[in-house]
Amino acid sequence: MKSITKIMAASLIGSTFLVAPVVAANVPAGVELAADQTFTYRVLDEHSSVDPQIVEDVSGSELVRDLFEGLLNQDADGVLIPGVAESWEASNGNLTYTFKLRSDAKWSNGDPVTAGDFVYSWQRLADPKTASPYAWFMEIMSLENASEIVAGEKEPSELGVSAPDDHTLVVNLTAPLPYFAAMTTHASTFPSPQKVVEEFGTDWTKPENIVSNGAYVLTEHVPSERSVRERNPNYWNDSETVIDKVVALVINDENIALTRYLAGELDRTEVPAGQYPDLKKKYPDQALSFPKLCSYYYSFNVSDSGPEAFKDVRVRQALSYALDRSVVTEQVLKGGQFPAFTFTPGATANFTVPDVAFAKMSQAERDAKAKELMEAAGYNADNPLSFELLYNTSEAHKKVATVAAQMWKQKLGAEVTLANQEWKVFLEVRGKQDFDLARGGWCGDYNEASTFLDLLTTPSGYNDGKYSNAEVDKLMTDAKTASDPSDNYTRVEEILANEMPLIPVYHYTGVYMMGADIIGSWPVKNVEQNWYSRDLYKVK
Amino acid sequence: MFIFILKRIGIAIPTLLVLIVFSFVIMKSAPGGPFTSERPLPAQVLLNLEIKYGLDKPYHEQLINYVVDIVTKFDFGPSFRYKDRSVNDIIAQGFPITLTYGIWSFVLAVSVGVSLGIVAAIKHNSWIDYTAVGFSISAQVLPNFVMAPILVIIFTLTLGWLPGGGWNGGQWQYLVMPVIALSTSYMASIARITRSSMLEVLNSNFIRTAKAKGLSNTQIIFKHALKPALLPVITYLGPAFVGMITGSVVIDMYFSTGGIGQMFVSSALNRDYSVIMGITILMGFLTIMFNLVVDILYAWIDPKIRY
Amino acid sequence: MVFKSKKIAKMADNMAAQGMGKSHSLWSDARRRFFKNKAAVVSLIILSLIIIFAFAAPYFTPWNNEEIDWAILGSVAQDGKPSFTTKHYFGADPLGRDLFARVAQGSQISLMVGIIGAGIAVIVGTLYGAIAGYFGGRLDNIMMRLVDILMSIPYMFVLILLLVVFGRSIEMLFVGLGLISWLDMSRIVRGQTMVLRNKEFIEAAIAGGLNRFTIITRHIIPNLLGIVIVYASLLVPLMILTESFISFLGLGVQEPNTSWGALISEGAGQVLYGTLWQLGFPLFFFVTALFSFFFIGDGLRDALDPKDR
Repeated sequence: MKSITKIMAASLIGSTFLVAPVVAANVPAGVELAADQTFTYRVLDEHSSVDPQIVEDVSGSELVRDLFEGLLNQDADGVLIPGVAESWEASNGNLTYTFKLRSDAKWSNGDPVTAGDFVYSWQRLADPKTASPYAWFMEIMSLENASEIVAGEKEPSELGVSAPDDHTLVVNLTAPLPYFAAMTTHASTFPSPQKVVEEFGTDWTKPENIVSNGAYVLTEHVPSERSVRERNPNYWNDSETVIDKVVALVINDENIALTRYLAGELDRTEVPAGQYPDLKKKYPDQALSFPKLCSYYYSFNVSDSGPEAFKDVRVRQALSYALDRSVVTEQVLKGGQFPAFTFTPGATANFTVPDVAFAKMSQAERDAKAKELMEAAGYNADNPLSFELLYNTSEAHKKVATVAAQMWKQKLGAEVTLANQEWKVFLEVRGKQDFDLARGGWCGDYNEASTFLDLLTTPSGYNDGKYSNAEVDKLMTDAKTASDPSDNYTRVEEILANEMPLIPVYHYTGVYMMGADIIGSWPVKNVEQNWYSRDLYKVK
Repeated sequence: MFIFILKRIGIAIPTLLVLIVFSFVIMKSAPGGPFTSERPLPAQVLLNLEIKYGLDKPYHEQLINYVVDIVTKFDFGPSFRYKDRSVNDIIAQGFPITLTYGIWSFVLAVSVGVSLGIVAAIKHNSWIDYTAVGFSISAQVLPNFVMAPILVIIFTLTLGWLPGGGWNGGQWQYLVMPVIALSTSYMASIARITRSSMLEVLNSNFIRTAKAKGLSNTQIIFKHALKPALLPVITYLGPAFVGMITGSVVIDMYFSTGGIGQMFVSSALNRDYSVIMGITILMGFLTIMFNLVVDILYAWIDPKIRY
Repeated sequence: MVFKSKKIAKMADNMAAQGMGKSHSLWSDARRRFFKNKAAVVSLIILSLIIIFAFAAPYFTPWNNEEIDWAILGSVAQDGKPSFTTKHYFGADPLGRDLFARVAQGSQISLMVGIIGAGIAVIVGTLYGAIAGYFGGRLDNIMMRLVDILMSIPYMFVLILLLVVFGRSIEMLFVGLGLISWLDMSRIVRGQTMVLRNKEFIEAAIAGGLNRFTIITRHIIPNLLGIVIVYASLLVPLMILTESFISFLGLGVQEPNTSWGALISEGAGQVLYGTLWQLGFPLFFFVTALFSFFFIGDGLRDALDPKDR
């Protein structure tokens, strides 16, 4: 786990003493705000929890970022800005971090937020008794004794974090992490109120019990239906907050969600695959598409349990070449997605998409080459290639898989069987290499190419196709210490284009319908999409 | 009668046990567990989670602990997915929602269905009869999953009268479409059954005698015909009830009402063992209880039945 | 001894044959009554047309159910309308596949589910009910308590669980549907069997020393045929409805195959985008077929129900 996040947020390094300006809702001068500042958005699924140390899903983290505030926040561009900590400083060769906490930070019950709250929460995160699914986050943060505490070998009180006084937090690390400060924007490092947690136990997150230190407090929660958070008057920067009330409605089906958006019940919803152009034409001021740090790909099983055919690089190349990505992005999904010829998305910071050879060919050339390769590999009408394409159940994945299967069938005569499985089954099957070709989607944990390319190294726990190449491993290891690793990344992408252990299909975009009154304040440039309701505002 | 009820309750207990064991076995034999995730958890973290939820114990021990907790403490355990909530919390919050629109649907289906059937039978072969028959036949082939999208097209997209989903504390605007979608086809069936059984009764000898004696129509219908005519309707209430419980899955998914139907499907997908078991047991319990009530009702109306 | 028992068996056979003879006239009576029922006859014709469509339609279109029409893929809402020029008679689905071919193929699956599902229910339910009813006593008690228990299980929830857990497949669907649908059947059959059991020809067969299994299969079950047919005709639409429900939840057949429920579900999701044909055609077939089944079922009941004679 450590290796994966080594270079976490390399672009967000904050190692010297920093004092950045506080930014809340950054309302441009001359903009008239609407009278009703309620933001209602759709979530796909019920959130897992609003307990900062327990939460594990995206929609839950969105809530936690509003209800609680950690040491640091991100602004609309993803740059680090102060949160509860006013300033921070690294010393001892990046092995010690000292955070100065603001004195006016308060919990929603009026109690001051102290450094002790952070000590308590971080110990709670690592404590095996809490059994947090994110306990490993303390380990990748390299806090002293974190691994031992998670393993139950040491007491939580021995964690490398301490509070010399109420407004100073000192953290001791086992490895010099230049980007440590950036990791404190993660929801699992946010403080939880010790008194309340101990008084109510697991019930402390219920609206009637919860005490939080963020810009909002949880006022209503109907599981699987809605959760409502309202402005916290005790929040230190409440005066700069504009949105009064945020409502998250759980709507499983995206078409139904769009119906309800169009009926005026929502301010934000996802655009179903294929509908963006029509919606953009009809509602030019409400449809929004922006790049995200995610890749969609098909992964070959090249392990021993995989099909013999996929061990032949020519077959892998042929299938990749014959997949017309522009059909997928322009005719099926139509949400501004980018056809992918490399694994790493072009939107990644400090990454230039390398000119891999097959990206420059026309589709007709690629098709011709694919046929040639298949012939050479010995597959033809009498001996057709046949395999199963596995994807997890979803309308959009089904569409892409159907189109891909038809392309391979018509162009290469391959017999493709489609198989879909529920998410949990799919993960288990894929993780056990019990597949031929499987769909994969990967979103960057941080804004740097290694979050993608590490996936294809031999030791990676997420390398489900079991691709292994010594040169790739070496290049990626070297990249962690290189001052400018971009050449390594280019080289790895070139190797991948040659050996084709996976078929990059497209790079994601965030495609939303968003109310014309709020669309202007949405942080589209934050590629990780860490958004805070307190930064939003509705105009008249 | 009392012994009959006791006997039925006696059957209910093994039934629930069979249900618990059956669902438990299905869940455990499924690939993927509650903590399977895209980014596999480190072994130590996984182990801590399993210890906390008792999943490190052998299966039979887990099953016994589960049953014992239910019997002694009425505790269905914590949810694996929603870690700060217990199954009791989840059911306590979702079930009243399902129950609210379920009861409305049931009452609507029975009251409108029965009245429609009676009126149609009395005015046999009149335009009212034809309308009622036409309605009940067409509504029968429009199950809830067909009704739901049609209602949304009409009332939300075209007319803009009703919100397209949600619950919002159960305000009437949010209730209308779920109730219509859930009740229509049962209303139709009940109307059909009532009509034909009412016709049969009205043509029977004892009613003819009553007529010959010069009793008024109202008297005949309400004092003599109604009770026997309702017998087949009562037998249908059991299946209708079960059908509506099942239908709540579609209603919850389509209208995002937050009831337990939706919770059931998403828990099954998330392998949230305890929530699935809790909801399955609740549904089984309701089915058993309702069938018991129907049987008692039946015995009460039909004096011929002896237990 | 042997001779004697043979003789009696023969007698029993004759009596049974007499019963059958009677039932021959019963059958022709029933047929006559059924064909007098206009709604039932019209429904039978419509249903036959749907079945013919399901199996013959693939020969009348250049498209099959999984082929994508690349020319219209990106613009189904505009170019995928039902049209004779593109040869998409029913239009195209959201992925540019021919809806005519897909509706035909979906009809095959849905009808098959209905008929096979009802078939399983009939076979299992009849045998189970006949055995329980024939033997009576403790065996009957145990078998019927088991039915009571199974009936109290919220089967749709269990079915959803099965499909989620073991993956969706048409076989699993059949297993699930079959498991739950025979319960009612077995109760009805048991009741009938208990009545039949006291009839003279059965007593004669018993006296003739015929083995019990032969009596059940040769004498009891043929005489249950009327009620079984009526009930089965009502089960078929019920099975189709259940399959559609499951498909609507996204737990039905695997791509590229489809069914009425899956098509309706997909079409219903698209109503917002003006492609109403994607809902209209499958819904039309679904509704028409269910109508037909209901009327045919009614017709059969009227024809076979002795009460109405």
